[in-house]
Amino acid sequence: MSTQARQALDHYAVPWLFAAALLTVAPHFEHQPLWLSLFCGAVFIWAAWLWWSDQRLPGRWLLMLIVAGGCAAIWIEFRTLFGRDTGVALLVMLMALKLMELKSRRDAVVVVTLGYFLLLTHYFYSQSIATGLWLLVALWIVTATLIRIHGGSAASVRGTLRHSAILAGQALPFMLVLYLLFPRVAGPLWGLPQDAHAGRTGLSETMAPGNISNLARSGEIAFRVLFDGALPPRDKLYWRGPVLEEFDGRTWRPYAGITPRPRLDLQSPPIGYETTLEGHNQRWLLALDAPSTLPADSVLSGTLTANARQRLSNRQRFRFASTIDFRFNVSENQPVLNRNLQLPSGRNPRSLELARRWQSEQGSPEAIIDKALELFSAQFTYTLQPPLLGEDGIDEFLFATQRGFCEHFSAAFVVLMRAAGIPARVVTGYQGGDRNPVDGYLIVRQSDAHAWAEVWLADRGWVRVDPTAAVSPLRIETGIAGALAEGEPLPALLQVRTDWLRTLRHRWEAINNAWNQQVLGFDRERQRRMLSAFGIPDADWRNLAVALAVASSLLLLAIMAWALYHRPRRDPAARLWHTALRHLARRQVHCPPWETPLALLARVRAEQAELAAPLARVVDAYLQARYSPANEDLATLRDAVAQLRRWRNT
Amino acid sequence: MALIANLRQRLFRWQSDGTAPTRLGQRRVFILPAGSGLLFAIALVVMLIGAINYTLALGHALVFLLAGIGLTGMVHTFRNLHGLTISPGRCEPVFAGETAHFQLILSNDRTTPRLALELEAEPGAAIRADIPAGEIARINVPLVARQRGWLVLPRVRLWSLYPLGLFRAWSYLQPEMRCLVYPAPLPSPLPERSPSLAGGEQGSEGGEEDFAGFRHHQPADSPRHVAWKASARDTDRPLLVKQFAGGAEGELRLDWQLFDPALPTETRLSLLTGWVLAADAQGCSYALRLPGSDIAGGFGEQHRRRCLEALALYPQ
Repeated sequence: MSTQARQALDHYAVPWLFAAALLTVAPHFEHQPLWLSLFCGAVFIWAAWLWWSDQRLPGRWLLMLIVAGGCAAIWIEFRTLFGRDTGVALLVMLMALKLMELKSRRDAVVVVTLGYFLLLTHYFYSQSIATGLWLLVALWIVTATLIRIHGGSAASVRGTLRHSAILAGQALPFMLVLYLLFPRVAGPLWGLPQDAHAGRTGLSETMAPGNISNLARSGEIAFRVLFDGALPPRDKLYWRGPVLEEFDGRTWRPYAGITPRPRLDLQSPPIGYETTLEGHNQRWLLALDAPSTLPADSVLSGTLTANARQRLSNRQRFRFASTIDFRFNVSENQPVLNRNLQLPSGRNPRSLELARRWQSEQGSPEAIIDKALELFSAQFTYTLQPPLLGEDGIDEFLFATQRGFCEHFSAAFVVLMRAAGIPARVVTGYQGGDRNPVDGYLIVRQSDAHAWAEVWLADRGWVRVDPTAAVSPLRIETGIAGALAEGEPLPALLQVRTDWLRTLRHRWEAINNAWNQQVLGFDRERQRRMLSAFGIPDADWRNLAVALAVASSLLLLAIMAWALYHRPRRDPAARLWHTALRHLARRQVHCPPWETPLALLARVRAEQAELAAPLARVVDAYLQARYSPANEDLATLRDAVAQLRRWRNT
Repeated sequence: MALIANLRQRLFRWQSDGTAPTRLGQRRVFILPAGSGLLFAIALVVMLIGAINYTLALGHALVFLLAGIGLTGMVHTFRNLHGLTISPGRCEPVFAGETAHFQLILSNDRTTPRLALELEAEPGAAIRADIPAGEIARINVPLVARQRGWLVLPRVRLWSLYPLGLFRAWSYLQPEMRCLVYPAPLPSPLPERSPSLAGGEQGSEGGEEDFAGFRHHQPADSPRHVAWKASARDTDRPLLVKQFAGGAEGELRLDWQLFDPALPTETRLSLLTGWVLAADAQGCSYALRLPGSDIAGGFGEQHRRRCLEALALYPQ
């Protein structure tokens, strides 16, 4: 066995391996450190040149040295040899260097196996339709390479590519069956490395000036929502994220301790909806204010934020019901109220003074709130590019720069309220969304990230106040693109105002959403639903295993039938002649393949004279049918064969 | 071991008489994962764990597609052998120590080629065959001839890893073929020519130069002795052969008894073989005498073959 595996690789199999390596490695150049890409490129060119000029490959020691050097460089770059990105970098380096060691068929098989592995690693970074298609092409070529290695030089390029396509085509039903029926395990199986979900954008747990305006420059989708009924009015679409109660003068943070359970008084019928949340590596689920029914495996915090039990590392679906009109904690605990009145001492004296003045002038908290909103709407500008703020940020903002994004308005508003003796806090989340007319999903992007305020009023509980709405009513009514002036650094996608482009974008996003929902989002829940539609309710892994075994056996049987189906092409005369030979064999006369009909007849005349007469007729008719140009009629031959069959030794 | 041998015998029982063409049906083709198939399976398991751990939906799809490719690859490997027709071909005699080539005729009546078939009669001597669609390939299976006599083709293993190398399909063929193995020739100087019994008194100095007349050509005559010019004069008659004076040159008598009786049988046979070859190369007439068989003097290809055959089949 080993002697076979060690067979030398033929010269023209090598370009196939180069192609396979390049196809599987190239897309990774996007995520890798530049030096690694350059290194791989150099190794590729070196290997190709060695092949082209038919030179000896470098020795084992040199390769070992290069591998050690590469590992060291990767360690210096990533400071670890474990983890997702490091693993990918190592695989890419090994793949490139393996091309310098293509001596036997076994080396080639290693390259192909590495190629299959590398295909998988692309999905760490993207699972879009485009990636799927690209990898399908790569898979086709890599498999063709494997075929070429074993077919040797007798395998033509066309034939090899065709064979690979046939194999993949026949494997597709297996893939489908496995995809639908393989018992799905909700990952992860163990702790993922630190960098498993690096680089996710989304809300963060704290808010400092600039956080949200940075986020708002991204057109990435944060989540999609499909409402059971009609879309609620846009100015009610507040998706609640973390609530920030602690302020140190610059950064807002959530309260770290435990808050008692919220008490909700629902005043309108609940609205059902399903959100598909992109993995943001945080726990909050961004429910519509205020959630009345939560999905399983989630809890409602004391500040009304719906949280999952674990961080969401992947796109996931959640079903909620929310009520738009509600009262929240009409009777609030004193510690909570006290907490929401605290301000860092000695900071922002002018703001505090203004608020105290309001407090003494105005009678009711409502009047103070109105006063503050009036101030904002009179002289403030809503912009993505606010000036930088110093030590007393709120003072500077309120009295000097007067330009800001939602985080500035909400922070300033909450500070004013607290100073005026009204319990208040900052709520972050998303506001609004863009309905895609193609599939009816509401798309909420990072650019919809928002911060607003919440004040506690006696008899009314916590009430939402959105100071941004006072500054820029358009932000709440139409979204950020309409609210900002021309020239603001918004993502190009959002600035599109042409109708046909917008339609195109909607189509494309609907296709992507369908892909996400139907293909990528096929999880245990969907699997169970699909099986119950087929009459297997409450399928556990045993049912699935049985269904899987049955389905794949049927498929294997079908493909076996294809493999066994074979009808040698013989002309009808030859077929009749073979029938005659079978009849002869039954009478103990065997015709070896080299004996011509006439020779057979001569032999039968000598050995079994009584059989000669019927056989002579058959031979005669066969030769006629075979070689006489005029006679196309097989009736005579058929007749003669039938007579031979019926002939009895009397 | 005996049990395994017994099992082998039962599993791979051969039913054909070995002379007719054999068609590889599904019962004759065996298949098991090859070494790289196991590597592939391990890689798939690791990839599946990775896909589950990182919840990669497309990762699942990729692993499942690869598993499907592996399974269909198995069927394709099987199909590469299934339906192949094998018939025995010719086999030229060889000398002991040389490699005998047993010709097998493999015919592929399918519309797709069968690539990377390998045949071996003894371990380590595999020969590769690729048969294009609808064609016939004549494959010479090598087997080292170690002993004179009949070399019977042992069970031939036919296998293939094509297309993916993940599975190895194999079959055993036992066409009834044998190859005549002549003794290995040992070169040694030819013995003295003895005067032929018939024309002993005619001068031996005449040799081939002494033209004595024509006679009709006989199949065993060397073409060197044909009188082409004389024959051309009259094309109706058979060819004429020049006759020279006398069994004159004398006849070589290659006799078993010429050797030292102490020499072992095989050495004697080898020496005789060397003489036959040397005499044949000189083109002179020679007779072979072995205990129990006596081949009269003659020359030519057929005579040589008769002599070598007698030497090859000399009882041990």
